[in-house]
Amino acid sequence: MSADTARTGGTSFLASTRLIAEREIRTQTASKGFWINFGVIVVGIFVLSIVPGLFGGGEPSVATVGSDAARVAEAAELDTQPVPDRASAEVLVQAGDVDAAIVPDPEGSSPLGLRIVAEQSSPDDIVAALSVSPPVDLLNPSEVSDGLQFLVVFLFALVFFMASFIFGMAIAQSVVTEKQTRIIEILVATVPVRALLTGKIAGHSVLAFGQITVIALATPVALRLGGHDDLLSTIAGPLGWFVPFFALGFVLLACMWAVAGSMVSRQEDLGSSTSLVSTLIMIPYFGVIFFRDNDLVMTVLSYVPFSAPLAMPARLFSGDAQGWEPVVTLVILIVAVAASIMMASRLYSGSLLQTGARVRLGRAWARTD
Amino acid sequence: MALAPDAASRRGHLLWAARPRCVSHAVEMWRATLLQIRSVSRSFGELRALDDVSFAVEPGRMTGFVGANGSGKTTTMRIILGVLAPHGGTVTWNGAPVTQGVRQRFGYMPEERGLYPKMRVADQITYLGRLHGLDRATAQHNTRDLLEQLNLESRAGDPIEELSLGNQQRAQIAAALVHDPELLILDEPFSGLDPIAVETVLGVLRERAARGVPVLFSSHQLDLVERLCDDLVIIAGGAIAASGGREELRDKFGSRRFQMVVGDDAGWIRDVPGVQIVELDGPRAVFEVADGIAPAPELAGRVESTQDARDQVVLDAALRRGSVHSFGPVTPSLAEIFREVV
Repeated sequence: MSADTARTGGTSFLASTRLIAEREIRTQTASKGFWINFGVIVVGIFVLSIVPGLFGGGEPSVATVGSDAARVAEAAELDTQPVPDRASAEVLVQAGDVDAAIVPDPEGSSPLGLRIVAEQSSPDDIVAALSVSPPVDLLNPSEVSDGLQFLVVFLFALVFFMASFIFGMAIAQSVVTEKQTRIIEILVATVPVRALLTGKIAGHSVLAFGQITVIALATPVALRLGGHDDLLSTIAGPLGWFVPFFALGFVLLACMWAVAGSMVSRQEDLGSSTSLVSTLIMIPYFGVIFFRDNDLVMTVLSYVPFSAPLAMPARLFSGDAQGWEPVVTLVILIVAVAASIMMASRLYSGSLLQTGARVRLGRAWARTD
Repeated sequence: MALAPDAASRRGHLLWAARPRCVSHAVEMWRATLLQIRSVSRSFGELRALDDVSFAVEPGRMTGFVGANGSGKTTTMRIILGVLAPHGGTVTWNGAPVTQGVRQRFGYMPEERGLYPKMRVADQITYLGRLHGLDRATAQHNTRDLLEQLNLESRAGDPIEELSLGNQQRAQIAAALVHDPELLILDEPFSGLDPIAVETVLGVLRERAARGVPVLFSSHQLDLVERLCDDLVIIAGGAIAASGGREELRDKFGSRRFQMVVGDDAGWIRDVPGVQIVELDGPRAVFEVADGIAPAPELAGRVESTQDARDQVVLDAALRRGSVHSFGPVTPSLAEIFREVV
């Protein structure tokens, strides 16, 4: 009778979901691939923040001919190396030992009486260092420079893209494994299909959010180590908005990945059914990067559920969005997530027990199993 | 636990009731805890896979489910487990419709085997036990017991994919039994098992049946089903061709065939009207008597049916010709019954 007393009226939906999520997490964290992937990303963040400072740093170096040139270069705080004549300066430039050479201008066409000799392209940083320009007063200064904005949006997009892709693929694979090994029949006879779907998405979401949290915590450390404290303070604000958008966007895509997995019966066929979902990830990713400067496109993208998780934080970051806009988008996203969970569980249960090469969406929807 | 005493007394009744069928209230108790399939139909497109299928699986009895490939066994089992929906008819357990909660207490071994290939045997069985509603400790405890019973305890820590097919099959059986199911539905539980494994699995299943669990299992190995089952359901072309107790079916389908050994050549039997020779070998003859022939006039009133009459005619004739060493009905094997009804 031990079984009768231990059994508390069957497993509830929540209990089944938790068990399934737990198994997904265990399985994923037990695989080497998961940790290798994660390790590469974290190491990548540190490498990107620290290494450029080690190699790319330092003042531009110039070879100078004559005292005028040397004085000007030193005044501009350039790394100066005096040489006797233009010919030897050119040798240094050709060899790449210096970035450019400052030589006297014998023809007198330059008002400064100096010329700059460089190898292939005009050395703008040196020209700028030697130039005098009037001060600029901005009436509506942007908090963040344009280049920095691009960098931050690009990084957010990259993180979202990679997380959606890596974890999404893991969800699809986990679904196919159950179909391919036929354990699905036992599972379907035991727990509601919706618990199966919810548990899978929950498990992988926990892992994805966990990784993102670690990345979010590691990034400030990496930036500080790399001496980018200024970047750190500007990134903190948009990061706050990026998190809820990321979470909802991830779950939205996770539903699609699960359905894509349930459409086929073998790992080998997964590519064909996941191509649509891949597109749904790629389009917002490239859309946000390419149309960053197009206000109209960005506004539209920030309201479309699939691109909103990227486009809305980007617009907030650049200061284009009104305060109420992210709230509206969040509501749209929540509705889209709810709808996609409902749609996904219908498609999922309609296609799970079909073992053809590829289940048609219409058939899965109609449940003519 | 308020349920426990009730369940205990019910089980007690079941064990006791399984034997004396005549006690009416015991029969009532039985009715209450059986699996009843009534008029179930199911089509796949144009194909009518099941047509008005009705039968019952009774507590404490092993019910064999036999039929040719594609006759509808797996479809029936999937409908019982709710994996497929019936297009008509009902499946009831204890007189009530089978819901998700009820189904969770069933044990199922699907025809297409499958467990997570990379998960360890014990972890996997424990996990399935918990999905069926056991707490962790009970699930672990049951897993240990089952693996031991199935001689699989040495492989408990290995991933399923590293086991031989026969051992994977044992693990699959453990997966169906881990939550002490109230009903067992096993699709071809013996396929792929060596004779020793068959005995092991058989022992485990018999023990469950003895505890009062109804067991429905399908098999192609008719000799095995014959040895094993108490009740039999024969399905052909999506319809039930015959069902009932094993002996009952034997009587029903076997009473027309007789074997006789006489002192001399038995060739004369060919000339007896209403008799069909199955086998004739010198003094030994196996024959069937046809229905629907009026009793021989000399036996009128002495025998009850035409069938009895006909075999008595043969016996009479044999005795008149000389000695009769043996004469009696032939008990048909399940294979013969199967051939006859399908």
